[in-house]
Amino acid sequence: MILEVEKPLLELERKIRELQEVDRTAGVDLSAEIRLLERKARQLKQSIFQNLSAWDRVQLARHVDRPGTSDYVTGVFTNFVELHGDRFYADDPAVVAGLARFQGRPCVVLGHQKGKGTRENLARNFGMPNPEGFRKAGRLMRLAARFGLPIFTFVDTPGAYPGIEAEERGQFEAIASNIALMSELPVPILTVVIGEGGSGGALGIALADRVLILENSVYSVISPEGCASILWRDAARAEEAATALGLTSETLKRLGLVDEVLPEPLGGAHRDLEGTFRTVQDALRRHLETLQDMEEHALLEARYAKYRRMAVLGEAR
Amino acid sequence: MAGLFDNLRARRPRVDKVAAPAASSEHWVQCSGCGTAIYHPTFLENLKVCEKCAHHHRMTAWERLELLADPGTFQEWDAGLVSGDPLGFGQDYLDKLRSDRERTGLSDGMLSGSCSLGGIPVALGIMDFGFRGGSMGSVVGEKVVRVLEGAAENRIPAVLVTCSGGARMQEGMLSLMQMGRTCAAVRRLNQVPAPFLVIMTDPTTAGVAASFAALGDVILAEPGATIGFSGRRVIEQTIRQKLPPRFQSSEFYLEHGFLDRVVPRATLKDTVSAILGMLCVPAEVTR
Repeated sequence: MILEVEKPLLELERKIRELQEVDRTAGVDLSAEIRLLERKARQLKQSIFQNLSAWDRVQLARHVDRPGTSDYVTGVFTNFVELHGDRFYADDPAVVAGLARFQGRPCVVLGHQKGKGTRENLARNFGMPNPEGFRKAGRLMRLAARFGLPIFTFVDTPGAYPGIEAEERGQFEAIASNIALMSELPVPILTVVIGEGGSGGALGIALADRVLILENSVYSVISPEGCASILWRDAARAEEAATALGLTSETLKRLGLVDEVLPEPLGGAHRDLEGTFRTVQDALRRHLETLQDMEEHALLEARYAKYRRMAVLGEAR
Repeated sequence: MAGLFDNLRARRPRVDKVAAPAASSEHWVQCSGCGTAIYHPTFLENLKVCEKCAHHHRMTAWERLELLADPGTFQEWDAGLVSGDPLGFGQDYLDKLRSDRERTGLSDGMLSGSCSLGGIPVALGIMDFGFRGGSMGSVVGEKVVRVLEGAAENRIPAVLVTCSGGARMQEGMLSLMQMGRTCAAVRRLNQVPAPFLVIMTDPTTAGVAASFAALGDVILAEPGATIGFSGRRVIEQTIRQKLPPRFQSSEFYLEHGFLDRVVPRATLKDTVSAILGMLCVPAEVTR
């Protein structure tokens, strides 16, 4: 997938590669031209990615090459052992969960998982969990609490799956139970919004002591398409809705709904995986250090107080 | 039950134009369920339930209060708490908020306070679909949290009547976060412990269904209410097939094990007070 905003940049990069090829094979010295084009590419990159609209960010957040939970699980953690199933009904491939080590220390890590191609996307239901996905996450978070392990969750979903069976098996109950559970588990919980934060399906694994968000990720109460079709009966006005919904990392930070915005490499997380992993790892380490020194009671009080504040209220009269 | 709404009618700014089915004339309304013409005084006497098909029409929060609270016991909380426009949706939205306030006589989508219910002191919150579809933004979330905290503080039951299409889009992520803070407040009430009773009415969906409404110690629902997470249209578009007629109704969720009881309106108050009476253990017994 190529984004509209990226096109001129990709074109320039293709030219550079061609010149390099000629330089190498034909024995012509093109190094001066190549340097010039490389400088141009850097400038172009700067100007493109410093002026992204909310809609551009929605596209970036949904980019097929954007690293997903399974990438972070191997890039930021070690010794990952995936664990399956909700012990009631099924294993939901839209949620990846298991035990791992973070900086050598055992933890539970879980997150939504989209697929990389069509086949995997179908298998993983495009990262849209059914109730058993939330219940698997809940089961492992309870396990973490019992053994005093910190919990790391990664958010990347268009939303909870809207299907007949999902409703039959209590999608609403599964989400509510997880949110409530996360409010009372006496271990540090850290969440990173790595791509698309789709409404209740995102929050179902995202009530946390720290909620971090990658610069180009989005987190929204409803998809821009859904908002446009409800508010204006026109899904084509999604771009407008994206702006109105305030779903960018910057707006969420301003409203106090996320704790930190993590900078991405120029061009987006997918353009430098190692750099992205380092950023995420450093931030998680920093926040975990603060949280792990807190007493259980203080941790839970702080978590409650944090969410207690999340409202904009006016007084009439 | 005649004259049930009389006490509060004076306080209501205008008669419920939103909740009532279309009036075919001044004295007759048409049932939204079966189309039968119902004489308006009879309609109110029957608590807005059709005698023929038992369709439960929506009630305003004030009517619901009259149905549940013991007369003269209600003390409203946070009557001055109003929504702002934190994302800058614009004047159109602010105008709609103002006209909804005037029409419903509510500060936002929930009426809350303390009262006694069948002789039991409770903290009570009632959502009103007539206010922006009962949508939950900061104010509704705050009122829910204060009802739950108020109940915890006074060690009395919390009763929440839900009637909502979900989160309020115009407050964006602030609305989504209301799911988080209301769920957290339920858990605090659970720890007291004080009973938390939910009454789901038509509709209870999306962000409200998937947060505090799903967490009641006891969850009752009115017959035929629409309940669920995803909207019908979204599901139909996703799976590309028509949905069965009873799908996402109270009866559907009773059958699937997510509700305790489906209770007709006429026996709702008695059912609620009977349950609360058994869960509110007198202090001398717990000691």
